[in-house]
Amino acid sequence: MSAAPIIDVRGVRRSFRVRQGLFAAPRHVAAIDGVSFSVGAGEVLGIVGESGCGKSTLARVILGLLPPSAGEVLVDGQRVADMDRRARARLIQPVFQDPFSSLNPRRRVRDVVSMPLDAQGDVPAAEARRRVDEMLARVGLDPSMGERYPAELSGGQRQRVAIARALVLRPRIVVCDEPTSALDVSVQAQILNLLAELRDALGLTYLFISHNLAVVEHVATEVAVMYLGRIVERRETSALFGAPAHPYTKALLASVLTPEPGLGIPDTGLGDAMPDPSNVPPGCSFHPRCPVATARCRVDIPATARVAGGQSDCHLL
Amino acid sequence: MSRLLEVEALEVSFGAASAVRGASLALDRGETLCLVGESGCGKSVTALAVMGLLARNASRGAARLSFDGQDLRGLDERGMSRLRGNRMAMIFQEPMTSLNPAYTVGSQMAEVMLRHRGGTRAAAMARAEDLLGRVRITSPAMRLGQYPHQLSGGLRQRVMIAMALMCDPELLIADEPTTALDVTVQAQILRLLLDLQKDLGLAMLLITHDLGVVARVAHRVAVMYAGEVVETAAAADLFARPTHPYTRGLLACVPVPGKVARGAALGSIAGVVPRLGPGFSGCGFRDRCGEATAACGGTIARASAGEGHDYLCRLPPGWRAGAGAAP
Repeated sequence: MSAAPIIDVRGVRRSFRVRQGLFAAPRHVAAIDGVSFSVGAGEVLGIVGESGCGKSTLARVILGLLPPSAGEVLVDGQRVADMDRRARARLIQPVFQDPFSSLNPRRRVRDVVSMPLDAQGDVPAAEARRRVDEMLARVGLDPSMGERYPAELSGGQRQRVAIARALVLRPRIVVCDEPTSALDVSVQAQILNLLAELRDALGLTYLFISHNLAVVEHVATEVAVMYLGRIVERRETSALFGAPAHPYTKALLASVLTPEPGLGIPDTGLGDAMPDPSNVPPGCSFHPRCPVATARCRVDIPATARVAGGQSDCHLL
Repeated sequence: MSRLLEVEALEVSFGAASAVRGASLALDRGETLCLVGESGCGKSVTALAVMGLLARNASRGAARLSFDGQDLRGLDERGMSRLRGNRMAMIFQEPMTSLNPAYTVGSQMAEVMLRHRGGTRAAAMARAEDLLGRVRITSPAMRLGQYPHQLSGGLRQRVMIAMALMCDPELLIADEPTTALDVTVQAQILRLLLDLQKDLGLAMLLITHDLGVVARVAHRVAVMYAGEVVETAAAADLFARPTHPYTRGLLACVPVPGKVARGAALGSIAGVVPRLGPGFSGCGFRDRCGEATAACGGTIARASAGEGHDYLCRLPPGWRAGAGAAP
C-alpha cells in the first residue's frame, strides 16, 4: 500500500443481544470481534467467508449504519461515528446484493438515482438532473430509462441503477455487498466489467464482499478471509490464491468448483460441524473443523504471523 | 444402461408466453444430466412439466414424455401422484420453503413412506432414521424430533435429500440444490449426491446455472436458451468444444482462477433473454449473437458436432468468431 489508508478499521467489535427463549436471559453474540485492517486509496479489498462470518456486519459498521460496540472506523482520516450523515454519504456509498429489494418500486429510476443528491439539500434541481443523466449514461443506461419504474427493468439493469445511485455523489469508496450474487452469469460479467471500468475512470476504492471466490480473485487487489467474526488471513490476491496460508483459506479455495470437467467434487476436509457465532470455540475458533489442528489450537488463541504478501492467524505458521 | 426418461418436443406455455419450445431430453439409469441456462430459460419449467407439477394456467404438450416406458401424457393426477415421491422425486433450491415448518423432520419423512408404501409408522421412522444417517447427519434419532427451523441450511438440504430417497426413487430431479448454500457446504452436498447416485443407481436430472457444478458432476449436459435445448453433449465434450454461440458466450462469462487474467474484462453477452410468444420462428438467440445474419430468422436445423453432440445453429462445428458472416 502506498499513501495513507482511506479506510482504517481499528479493533472493531460489534455484538448483538439475542434472547433464545421467552424467559432466557439475553446473551451477547459478537458478529465481529477484534477486526483491524486498512485499505489504501484505489485498492479493492475482497472479503470472503461463509454465511454468518460477519462480512455484512463489517460492511454496515464501515458504512456507519451500525455503531461498533468497541473500536473505531476511520474513513479518509475521519471517525465515521463523528461524521455528519450528509458528509458520510459524499464519501462512502453502498451497493447491495438484491436490486429487487434495494430500489423503491414506487419511484421512477430518475428519482431513485437522484435521492442522494436531494438528501444533500443544496444541489439545485437543474444540476441534479444533469448529474443523474450523466451517471445513467456512465453505467450504460439509456436516459429514457430514467422515466421507468424498477419493476420494468431486468436484474442487470436494476443493479446498474443501484450503482448509479451509489456514484451520483461521486464518493471515494463503494462498499459492494454481494453485488452480483443475485444475477445470472452473463449479467454478472457485465456488472463486474462495469465496476472495474468505473473504478479506473473515477479512482474509486472498493470493499468487495462476496462468497464467490472466483469473482473475488478476478476483481480484488487484496483479500481478507473471515471466520467467526475474525479475519484469519489477509494478503495480496495473487499470494493468497497462489499459496493460501491458513487451513480455512485452503479449504475455501478447495471448495471452488471451476468449470473444468473431470476433476470431480473436492473433499474440503472440513467435516460436518458448522460454525455457530453464539458458541465460539475456545483457542483458535476454527479448530473443531480444522484438519490439521493440534492440542495447542484448542487452548491458545493464535497470534498474527507475517506471511508473503500479508498476514495470517494460525499456530502452524 | 437403459433409458429411463424420454422427453421429445416438449412445449409449455402460460397464456401468450412460451416457456418451453420443443425441448427434448433423454436420461439413462445411473446417469446425471445437467440442465443449464440463465433465469427464465425454461429449465425449471421443463422439470416441473416432467413431474406434472405445472401451475393450472400452464398448457403442456409433447411428442413423447415417457418414464420407464410408461407414457406420462395421458396419466391423470392420481396416476402421477403414485409416481411422484415414489419412483421419481424432486428436491428444490430453498429447503426452508419446501419443508413444512409445523411438522417434525421425522413425521414429514415418514409421511412419504406411509403414503406410497404403507406399513407401520414405526417402520417408516426407522427408515427415516437410517436415511438421515446415510446423508451423514449426526445423531439421526435426535433429528427426527426436530423442526426445520432448528436446522442449518446445509442440514435442511440433507433432510430434503433423505426425504426424496424414502421410497428408493429411480429418478431424482434436483432444481438448483446447492445455490442457496455456502461453497464449502455445496461441495459436501454434491459429493453426497454423487455417492448416493453411485450406490443406488439413481438417474439424476440436475438443474443449475453454475457451470462449475456442471463441469464437476454431469455426465451429459443440455444447454437451454429461451425455452429450447440449444446444445447437448457429453460434459467433457461440451467444455472442450462448445459450439453454439450462446454456450461459448456463457463459458466466456465465468472467471476461472489462473485462466482469466485478473482485471481483464470478462466476456459478456449483451442484452437480455427475450420473452417469446407462440409463433416465434428462427433462432431465439439471434438478437444477442455476434454472428447473426438474415438467415438466422429462418428455420434452424439441428446440426451434429460429433457423436452425442448436437446443437441448434446454422454455423458449422468449429466455427471461428467473425467467420459467421459468410453464408
